[in-house]
Amino acid sequence: MEVTLTVNGAPHSLDVPDNALLVEVLRERLGLTGTHVGCDTSQCGACVVHMDGCAVKSCTVLAGQADGAEVTTIEGIGTADALHPMQEAFRDCHALQCGFCTPGMIMAAIDLVKTSEDLDEQAVRDGLEGNLCRCTGYHNIVRAVLAARDNM
Amino acid sequence: MYQFNYRKASSLEHAADLQANAEDGVYLAGGMTLIPTLKQRLAAPSDVIDVGGLDGLRGIDVGATVRVGALTAHAEVAASAEVRGAIPALSDLAEGIGDAHVRNRGTIGGSVANSDPAADYPAAVVGLGATVHTDRRSIVGDDFFTDLFETALDEGEIITSVEFPVPAQAAYAKFPNPASRYAIVGVMVAEVDDAVRVGVTGAGPCAFRSAELEAALAGGLSVSALDGVSVSSGDLNSDLHASAEYRAHLVVVMARRAVAQLT
Repeated sequence: MEVTLTVNGAPHSLDVPDNALLVEVLRERLGLTGTHVGCDTSQCGACVVHMDGCAVKSCTVLAGQADGAEVTTIEGIGTADALHPMQEAFRDCHALQCGFCTPGMIMAAIDLVKTSEDLDEQAVRDGLEGNLCRCTGYHNIVRAVLAARDNM
Repeated sequence: MYQFNYRKASSLEHAADLQANAEDGVYLAGGMTLIPTLKQRLAAPSDVIDVGGLDGLRGIDVGATVRVGALTAHAEVAASAEVRGAIPALSDLAEGIGDAHVRNRGTIGGSVANSDPAADYPAAVVGLGATVHTDRRSIVGDDFFTDLFETALDEGEIITSVEFPVPAQAAYAKFPNPASRYAIVGVMVAEVDDAVRVGVTGAGPCAFRSAELEAALAGGLSVSALDGVSVSSGDLNSDLHASAEYRAHLVVVMARRAVAQLT
């Protein structure tokens, strides 16, 4: 099956199996391994990317469903020299420990800030309900999102 | 996942055609339930027919009723000011489904068609007395859910929209599983056309109306009307999350919390 999608601004046409998942296409075909697979059951949120502007769990999207879509991954939001304000805030607030959940957290947090009005601490905690940090470092993650809210 | 043929439907007719020609076809809307099911190898369809691109099935129309297109995502329902103005309980329910990312993809049609015993929307369909419209007919909400993962839909029938009457008042309360956010028990209490309706999800094989609770609340929506009321655990589910007896208890507690929101 052929799918065509735009990832981080670059167009791709790929021949993939009918049961391919979006996250497999990103990681295994395009080498974008910043998007992680944690639980593989759509609970942990490590695989969150933006598809047509919305945060989605890429382990629970078929490649065929992403045909024609614009996808943004963690690799597409900033560069080493010019981090995205959310990445900058995660660094400044020490919002990562092992770092495994961080790409999904950051992609989820960017969507949360963009789609929320009056984002306070409780709203951040509620909004990140679908992202699990096994280091349990939520406190600084929430601080980072609130800091980035003011810089985005 | 087992192998399957992925097919993208370009119209309702095309979807029905693909289904008719498939050995064992299944429709895909947002995929928030179907894809995990496929990944766990709990289903092995020959064809996955993606109806997610049928934009005509998307959208919300609020007038004398609230009509939600089958492919409308939970996030769209939760964010709709019009829905909140007409049926705030429906907004609350949609806002509490899964998590933000699941709400961006999951659809009302997919949720209702699956008849998951722990899904939220079925409580609204029976509790508010909705009508489920399909490509063939309209089905009364009370008749829609028939058993565990079973509905009144015929083979290949596609939901096009779900239409809710605007209640005089309604509230939804749920006891979520802390990991999945599915309802261990969810209860919609509503006053529709001068009658009290109580829709329950999570507790039984599929969503149902509670005759015991409706009788108790018939004289008026007050928490004290539920004092001493119990529901039978006989037909309720027992699993690793909760016993039937605990679910029966939670049904009354959630009903009390829903009523308390109204008074």
